[in-house]
Formats: sequence, C-alpha cells, structure tokens
Amino acid sequence: MLAKVIVVTSGKGGVGKTTTSAAFAAGLALRGHKTVVIDFDVGLRNLDLVMGCERRVVFDFINVINGDANLNQALIKDKRHDNLFIFPTSQTRDKNALKREGVERVMEELKQQFEYIICDSPAGIEHGAITALYFADSAVIVTNPEVSSVRDSDRIIGILASKSRRAERNESAVDVHLLLTRYDPGRVSKGEMLSVDDVKEILSIPLLGVIPESESVLRASNTGTPVVFDEDSPAGRAYVDAVARFLGEQREMRFVTPERRSLFRTLFGRA
Amino acid sequence: MGFFRSLFQPSRPSASIAKERLKIVLAHERASNRAPDFLPNLQKELLAVVGRYVEISEDGLRVTLGSSGDTSLLEINIEIEGGKVKKGGSGPALSAAV
Repeated sequence: MLAKVIVVTSGKGGVGKTTTSAAFAAGLALRGHKTVVIDFDVGLRNLDLVMGCERRVVFDFINVINGDANLNQALIKDKRHDNLFIFPTSQTRDKNALKREGVERVMEELKQQFEYIICDSPAGIEHGAITALYFADSAVIVTNPEVSSVRDSDRIIGILASKSRRAERNESAVDVHLLLTRYDPGRVSKGEMLSVDDVKEILSIPLLGVIPESESVLRASNTGTPVVFDEDSPAGRAYVDAVARFLGEQREMRFVTPERRSLFRTLFGRA
Repeated sequence: MGFFRSLFQPSRPSASIAKERLKIVLAHERASNRAPDFLPNLQKELLAVVGRYVEISEDGLRVTLGSSGDTSLLEINIEIEGGKVKKGGSGPALSAAV
C-alpha cells in the first residue's frame, strides 16, 4: 500500500480548509479507503475540534518528528469509522518545528499504512503552508466565490507548480482540483456573486465540486462531526459527490441553481 | 437622485465587476510571478559593472523581462546621476560580445 498525498489548501484563511479536510477524509473512509488526516497548522490546532477528538489528543505531530512518541501513539482512531484516523498537530509557538526531513520521515511511514493522506494546510504562504503542500500528489484548492479568495487561490496554484517536491524533482505536476465552497446560487443568479463558471474560467483548473452555503456546516463543527456524516445536509451530500468525482466517478453538479422553495417551507421556516 | 439613476441606468451586476477586476490583476501577477530568479542577481552585477564607469544609484537601474507575442524583451534602464562619467573607469577592462 502506498498512499496518495492530498493537500487541502487555499492561501486565504477562513474559506473552509479544515471543514473540507475533515469532510474529505471522512468521505474517503466511508468509501472504504483507509485514510489519515493531518493538521499542519502548528500552534493553531483545530482539526481535532472539527473532528470531535480534542479530548483524546495525547501526542502530536511534533512529538513524533522529535522522536518523543511513535506514530501509532499519536494517531487517533475515529470512533465513527474504522478507516479514519486523525493526526493532530502541536500547540507549540515554534512555527519552524515542522522540519522538512522530519516531516518526510513521518510521511514515508504513513504511506506504508494508509491509502490516502490528507494534509490540512494552514492559511498563508509561510513555512507551514509550504510544508503541507510540499509532498502532495494532488491538491484540493478551496475557494470562495469572492475576489480575495480567488486571487489567493491563483497564487497558491502557482506555488504548487514551483515549490512542491514534484516540481523540484521535475516529476509530473501536482494534480490540482478546484472546490468552490460557501456557494449561494440565489445570489449568483442575481449577479451578486461570482458563478462557478466565472471562477473556473479565471483559475482554469478542473472543478471537483461546489459546496453550497449551508447551516449544516456550522452545526457539524459545533458538534465535532465531519459534515459528510449528516445525510440530510446539502453540504454533506455535495462533499460526498466531490469525493466520488475524486475517485473517478462522473456525478452531476448539484446545488448550483437556486432551490425552488415550496410554499410550505416558505411559510414554516427553513429545513 | 440615486433612485432616478437606478431607473434610467441599471447598474452593472457586481459579480461581473469582480470578474473583470480579477482577470486584470491576475494577468499582471502571473506575469510577474513567472519572472525568472536571475533578475535580482543580474541587476546587482550590472550595477557593479556600470557603476565603475558612471555614477548611478541603486534605484537608477531597472531590469524587467517582458514579452509581446512570441518574443521576450529584456529591458534595462539605467539612469546616470547628473550625467557624471568617471574617468577611465576604476575596474578591470571588460569586453562583451552580444
């Protein structure tokens, strides 16, 4: 077994990288693939909260790099799914604790055990973000339909093409995918928000999925449950579709046109 | 006023303004991000060489790499301070063939 490494990145903060990492990892696990999701945001650990395992963190990424713990002591097995593991980061303030050689050693060890390794990148283009994308085979570029997010995505796509290990070694390029999040089809139809096609045209990378703005995303992080476990959630279903497309399936894009609200729903509140 | 303006001159959807602004800024940024790494070094060495013969300041020398169609254009602009030319040059003679 030799894992595929997927970085979830965006440049800009607050666009949904951790939500996407959690949903994507859980989605791959649900499809039967043994998956680990790693938090690269040293000092600002949050993946544990979003995954609902914050009280089970004993050892972290930096402990393993420094040899203070072994990998299996630090990996947290998800209680909802046997194929899903969480690798929390450290709360240390030393941002440079992620040494590339150390990370490489840990990644090689993880590759022997897993099918997919999801790297949840910190925002920005500093050391942590570069380390998160360095080992990637594929990248999920999380983008909001908003000018600053699109611009930062373009920047990070450029960095993937020049600073990743694949680029340094002149190997085939990192496989990049666009994931548009917080999409509001109603506002798009009124001309108030960039459309999927606009963003696709500007960034010119293939589209993996569109995640609609949805109340269920906040509910999921409130309760520490990856949103794909919520079968009633449009965002959860959109993530399930995106994972299926990543695995090579053809699926029609849902949630990209305004939802026709029934009179009943309009009168009695939202579902 | 605003009311009348909106009646007679429907405002452009803000999404299309966003798209146009992004296209312009990204076209510019992609070009400058693609600039090769040697430019800063070239600039430093040129500054040293030219500085032996004429008085120039650090920001008096600009090196840019542009392109139009199929041709690339390396543009070097040197501003000579007060038109001062050093006599004879102060370094070893250099000959260059282009």
